[in-house]
Amino acid sequence: MRLRQIAHSRAGDKGDASNISVVAYDPKDYPLLIERVTVERVAEHFRHLATGAIRRYELPNIAALNFVIEGALAGGVTRALTLDAHGKSLSSLMLELEI
Amino acid sequence: MMKTIRIGAGAGYSGDRIEPAVELAEKGAIDYLVFECLAERTIALAQQDRMKDPGAGYDPLLAARMRAVLPICARNGVKIVTNMGAANPAAAAQATRVIAREFGLKGLKVATVTGDDVFTYLRVSDVALDNGKTIAAMGNSVVSANAYIGAAPIAEALKGGADVVITGRAGDPALFLAPLIAEFGWAMDDWTMLGRGTLAGHLLECAGQVTGGYFADPGMKDIPDLARLGFPIGEVREDGDVVITKVKGSGGAVTARTVKEQLLYEVHDPSAYLQPDVAADFSHVRVEEVEPDRVRVTGGEGAPKTGLLKVSVGYVDSCVGEGQISYAGRNAVARARLALDIVRERLALTGVRMTETRFDLIGIDALHREASSHDGEPYEARVRVVGRTENLADARRIGEEVETLYTNGPAGGGGVWKSAREVVAVASALIPEAAVRTHVAIEEA
Repeated sequence: MRLRQIAHSRAGDKGDASNISVVAYDPKDYPLLIERVTVERVAEHFRHLATGAIRRYELPNIAALNFVIEGALAGGVTRALTLDAHGKSLSSLMLELEI
Repeated sequence: MMKTIRIGAGAGYSGDRIEPAVELAEKGAIDYLVFECLAERTIALAQQDRMKDPGAGYDPLLAARMRAVLPICARNGVKIVTNMGAANPAAAAQATRVIAREFGLKGLKVATVTGDDVFTYLRVSDVALDNGKTIAAMGNSVVSANAYIGAAPIAEALKGGADVVITGRAGDPALFLAPLIAEFGWAMDDWTMLGRGTLAGHLLECAGQVTGGYFADPGMKDIPDLARLGFPIGEVREDGDVVITKVKGSGGAVTARTVKEQLLYEVHDPSAYLQPDVAADFSHVRVEEVEPDRVRVTGGEGAPKTGLLKVSVGYVDSCVGEGQISYAGRNAVARARLALDIVRERLALTGVRMTETRFDLIGIDALHREASSHDGEPYEARVRVVGRTENLADARRIGEEVETLYTNGPAGGGGVWKSAREVVAVASALIPEAAVRTHVAIEEA
């Protein structure tokens, strides 16, 4: 099963870091997010794009996780050569994660 | 009954749609209309405009926005707060007063908040930027340096009777927090209230992104009528609780899901969302749908501010050249890859100096490189070659080499597009808030 079947996501940029939320459609699936969407799994999934540390924040009240991925934006929106310099489409990559 | 203030978000970025702001002013029964229009590098570009023309350097859509909403806001008693002043709040305020008089709004009070420009301070300091350099070491490449100021001077302008407040750089949520401080008399060390006001401001600052914009995914997350997306209204109570809603009959949707996505947008540690006035804490927030298109958000908290302000420093970084060309039909990807190889070799053969390059296939791997999944051969592929150079002449060569594929490259290449530009980038630093002196000036139209 892909993550997109149980969660939605939004990506934002700050400097060279991308933050990517993962929100369970059904709060009942929050424990599954905690168990399967780990820093290790996300690091493996983003290994071609991100160079830095990854942090995960847990928000049980809204059944969501927030990932901060350093070095994910090829230097940051104001100078990156990437087609999607903001990394807005990274939320879609996150939802491709096989869980 | 507890006092409630209704704040509408009239823009989430500089180029945003204008009709939703008009709709809010006309039908939103709002007290304040806030336009957030400054992205990270906007002020640096505006400063370059101002250097060419001392009367320029503010938001290019300011006049259009003010013409669209000023008469309605004046009629309905709606006050306006905006950072459309960019690099020149004084000129933006002057333009606004001229427009006010055109509409017969003589006496309208237009305020400016200045002091965010800390270029002079930073030039003589040894503060290091996040790129490891000091401003002094970056020399003439530096274009601008602006601190993110807090809500206090904006609130002061509102308490002084301003109908319109125009700022340069300010913390985005501060534009929304300021009216709450002015209306409710929240103390500047009431961290819980400042945290809750910041939460409301954060949810509203990107306008349509909380009412269903940047959200739809057909079949998974459907949103009605995005072409007529309504912008949000925050109904904020004196105790800081907020209901996010929108004008009845407008497009979009306000749901727990749209609010949750925006709650975490551009947030790192949700328990320490650092703003000039407070370290807001979103980690205990609860989100509840109370009626269709009405979502109550509670549980925001706050801790003392850090005493440091973030500064964005704009500088001329490099030049970037780019070229694109498309291939279609069977074997399109093979021809596109051949095109990339040819351009790569040509740029080397002709000695184009580049410090960084990308050779992408749009439709294949341009967004996520090797992480892209492949299910079957796509019908078309678009070559994208982009490189960083020291000068514009080298940058132009990149697009030109892509263009020569028309007559020298693989079969069936079409739709060439090319560009070469100078890049103004932004680095950031933290400075003590005592280094920033804000100033409020109120003048009648």
